Amino acid sequence: MTGQRPEPFVNADSEVYWAATKESRLVLQECADCGHLDLMPRHVCPKCWSANRTWTDAVGTGTVHSFSIVHRAPLPVFREDCPYVVALIDLAEGPRIMTNIVGDGALEVVIGDRVEVCFEDRGEAKVPQFRLARAGGGS
Amino acid sequence: MTDTTLRNRVAIVGVGESEIGKVPHMTGLGLNAQAAKRALDETGLKPSDIDGLLTAYSMTEPYFMLGSVMCEYLGLKPTFNASMVVGGASPAVMLKHAAEAIVSGQAEVILCCAGENRATGQTRDQAVAALAAVGHPYYEQPYGASIPSFYAMITRRHMHEYGTTREQLAQMAVTTRDHAVRHPNAHMTKPITVEEVVNSKPIAEPLNILDCCLISDAGGAYIVTTAERAKDLKSDPVYLHGIGEYHTHEHLMCADSLTEFGALEAGRRAYTMAGLGPEDMNFAELYDCFSVVPMIEMEELGLCERGGAGAMVEAGDTRIDGRLPVNTHGGMLSHAHAGAAGGLFGIIEAVRQLRGQEGERQVANHDVALVHNEGGILSSHCTMILGREER
Repeated sequence: MTGQRPEPFVNADSEVYWAATKESRLVLQECADCGHLDLMPRHVCPKCWSANRTWTDAVGTGTVHSFSIVHRAPLPVFREDCPYVVALIDLAEGPRIMTNIVGDGALEVVIGDRVEVCFEDRGEAKVPQFRLARAGGGS
Repeated sequence: MTDTTLRNRVAIVGVGESEIGKVPHMTGLGLNAQAAKRALDETGLKPSDIDGLLTAYSMTEPYFMLGSVMCEYLGLKPTFNASMVVGGASPAVMLKHAAEAIVSGQAEVILCCAGENRATGQTRDQAVAALAAVGHPYYEQPYGASIPSFYAMITRRHMHEYGTTREQLAQMAVTTRDHAVRHPNAHMTKPITVEEVVNSKPIAEPLNILDCCLISDAGGAYIVTTAERAKDLKSDPVYLHGIGEYHTHEHLMCADSLTEFGALEAGRRAYTMAGLGPEDMNFAELYDCFSVVPMIEMEELGLCERGGAGAMVEAGDTRIDGRLPVNTHGGMLSHAHAGAAGGLFGIIEAVRQLRGQEGERQVANHDVALVHNEGGILSSHCTMILGREER
């Protein structure tokens, strides 16, 4: 069922990020000069343009900033999953991630719900997903 | 910064829209050409008078150099030519670039056009898939995130922070449709009710299909020249008083906020250039790819207080006979949406309203209008203030 879903695209910016998810770790890029934390990997810090980039593990928890329940999938491969939840999560460290909320009670999610990361196999790789913290292990 | 360099320096002297709706007998380029011809015909100018061209992009006819392709198709050999790629903000940004080019002497008569055959030039699945590409390819698309889902998250946050109701959002679509009913060239002209919007097919909760813009075949065009030359043409000129743009992000995951966007700064710059404020606007043509978007823009542009758009729409203030008519042609929700042309029809409508040409949907006060375009996911913004007198 997951075979045709988009797999992570690994490039020079993102290879550390996707190597970590493969080990079921969510990592953030940190500016070694100004300390800014960022989800989307890039060559320079978007705040100070320092090229001194380091990586740090996220604790993997966050809160739901907003979400939508999708009934019309953008690609045929997602059609059988409808309805499913697309959400923006504010991670405990600050950066915001787009993801799905999966597992028990996902369709009952509300803004402010606490969530925790889990990982979904996509081919050889894994993408970070989130489930409701109150629901226990649901995915 | 107070920038008055473009105030009243240029005028829009011709506007035109193509056949709209399902137009299978025309290509995207053909739709542009038809709109351009209709715009030029208003002015009395000849094709050879055009020495500049600005267009945007096309998903159904994705030429590598669309501006040059458009010139070639129209037989133009301009001294100024560019393609804007800032999504839905492109038609408004075109006017700013056109004004700058004219004021700096690069060209004197510039054709701005956009549009494509998005309804019949591709299948519905192709349209939806192409639009999904607006999401970040690596960090958003793997989650099955659609454009409606992005705007749905914005909508839900607006409801959460300000108490905006499902019915208020629906009323935005209903009022807009009421305006399209009075437009002879609108794509959708069947009246709808709040109940019908609320009960229409869910696309990405809380947005239903009647909260979403259309997918149309359509092209639009306008012609810009100097304020001096505009006086000698056969059409009534509409002057550019102020214009400003602001770009904050492209992908929603990188937006600082889901309720505060770049329209505020784009609008501030336009107001400053014009020497006018929100209270001076007689009506507004706002980008409305989804029902919540013109409401956010009303708030950002100071046309109501923050969080107050729902109540304003519900009270009927945005109707043609209301305090501040909004999207008097029917917007992208009901008149037409065809790629980069969506917001261009708001510019065309503002020009026609300012000229007093609109018959049964003519607004009572038509001295000064505000038009706002946005592109991406409320990512790129451009606000313009137009008027029928130099001021």
